[in-house]
Amino acid sequence: MATNTELIRVVDVKKEYNNGTVKALNGCNLTVHKGEVVAIIGASGSGKSTLLRCLNMLETPTSGHIYFDGVDLADKNVDLNLHRRKMGMVFQHFNLFPHKTVMQNITLAPVHLKLKTKAEAQQKGKELLERIGLADKANEYPNMLSGGQKQRIAIIRALAMEPEVMLFDEPTSALDPEMVNEVLDLMRDLAKNGMTMVVVTHEMGFAREVASRVIFMDSGQILEENTPNMLFDNPQNPRLKDFLSKVL
Amino acid sequence: MDWEGIFGNLSPASFFNFSFLGEYGTYILQALGYTLLLAVVSVLLAVIPALLLAIMRLSKNKLVKGISGAYIAIFRSTPLLVQLSIIYFGLFGAVRIPNSWQLFGFIPMSRFIPGVVALALNSSAYVAEIFRGGILAVDIGQTEAARSLGLSSWSAMKLVVLPQAIKNVLPALANEIVTMVKESSICSTLGMAELMFAAKTVAGATYITLAPYTVAAVIYFAINYPASKAIEAIERRMRRGDKH
Repeated sequence: MATNTELIRVVDVKKEYNNGTVKALNGCNLTVHKGEVVAIIGASGSGKSTLLRCLNMLETPTSGHIYFDGVDLADKNVDLNLHRRKMGMVFQHFNLFPHKTVMQNITLAPVHLKLKTKAEAQQKGKELLERIGLADKANEYPNMLSGGQKQRIAIIRALAMEPEVMLFDEPTSALDPEMVNEVLDLMRDLAKNGMTMVVVTHEMGFAREVASRVIFMDSGQILEENTPNMLFDNPQNPRLKDFLSKVL
Repeated sequence: MDWEGIFGNLSPASFFNFSFLGEYGTYILQALGYTLLLAVVSVLLAVIPALLLAIMRLSKNKLVKGISGAYIAIFRSTPLLVQLSIIYFGLFGAVRIPNSWQLFGFIPMSRFIPGVVALALNSSAYVAEIFRGGILAVDIGQTEAARSLGLSSWSAMKLVVLPQAIKNVLPALANEIVTMVKESSICSTLGMAELMFAAKTVAGATYITLAPYTVAAVIYFAINYPASKAIEAIERRMRRGDKH
């Protein structure tokens, strides 16, 4: 793929805790191009969430570089707040603001950061809510919503910032089984519309169907990286084979 | 049994000799007003510095964190009476407040202000710890969500974390007022005419040594007990509200 479509490039990122006794990431390299959907799979504790959280610097790497739009986010002189606006993030536990209504959740950041007027942000919020069929929930507080509704609203809260990439950290792991699909459907819809996505997930079916590339991580390293069909049907690394035999 | 030998001339009746109430009732009520004013004003004054101290305490900057930590340590590890004396004779020995300034006609500012300042400085150390707990109790995911949207750490604190933290600490803050209603009795030692001082004065003037203090105790109790029960009830309701 041509380099001008490169959006994120991770170069030799390491993350250590407790003065190096715990190595969460042990030299990761990864490139994400515009329009790609990259799924990261692996067992719990393999470092996949840590890697994702390094992409927008919620986790500060111990060493290495994270280029986003050509800017190294790991450089201390970079204004992270400016770049984070362009990287939407969706969390396992939704993290909606409980003291704000659904609409206020969506408009808070765009209005506070003066990217939109309140009226513009609300218009955009209304459109997004209509898109996910929750327009009637605009003035509800998050505690009145189901898990699936919360997560879909968390997704459009991130979309309201009009990001260049969406990062998903196990977006369906905290959901009741019957609510998983409504969230995956929305993510499918985003992928279809060309959104660049990096998704840490346990949903192998989703990874296979939607991802353009799947990455397998184990003990802080990327051990295998391939198209979904190749990775799932013809795994090379013994640890990936072992992992797939347990989850599929 | 020789009760007289054990208790001297102290009879059970001396607890309940309320003959002074007619003459000194108004004075005691005024003193109660003084006490409540001391407690409420000093806790309210403590809120802003306490918030600042709490945020400083949670800062990554070691110096900022250290200053706040030292302040909290000093005010929590020395007696309030000592703090009050140093502030009254030291700080307000240098900064004189005219004796003619009066609040509601019976509270001389020259005593009230040093009292309130000392109580507020002391209280801010305790309230800072309440706020710190309240801030830490807000799920870290809230900050992460706010930061991931591009908000600065201060905006995330102001718009997302603090509103949730303050709601959580309101009962503890109300409890701090209850504590201050009691603690402010120490101001009697410096001549502030609050409830404890009034009891002492009445005892001196009437030679009824015990009953004025009984009255003071009953008044303190009648204010603080229902107040803490009400706070408990509000806390229970808030917890219920958080569940869904």
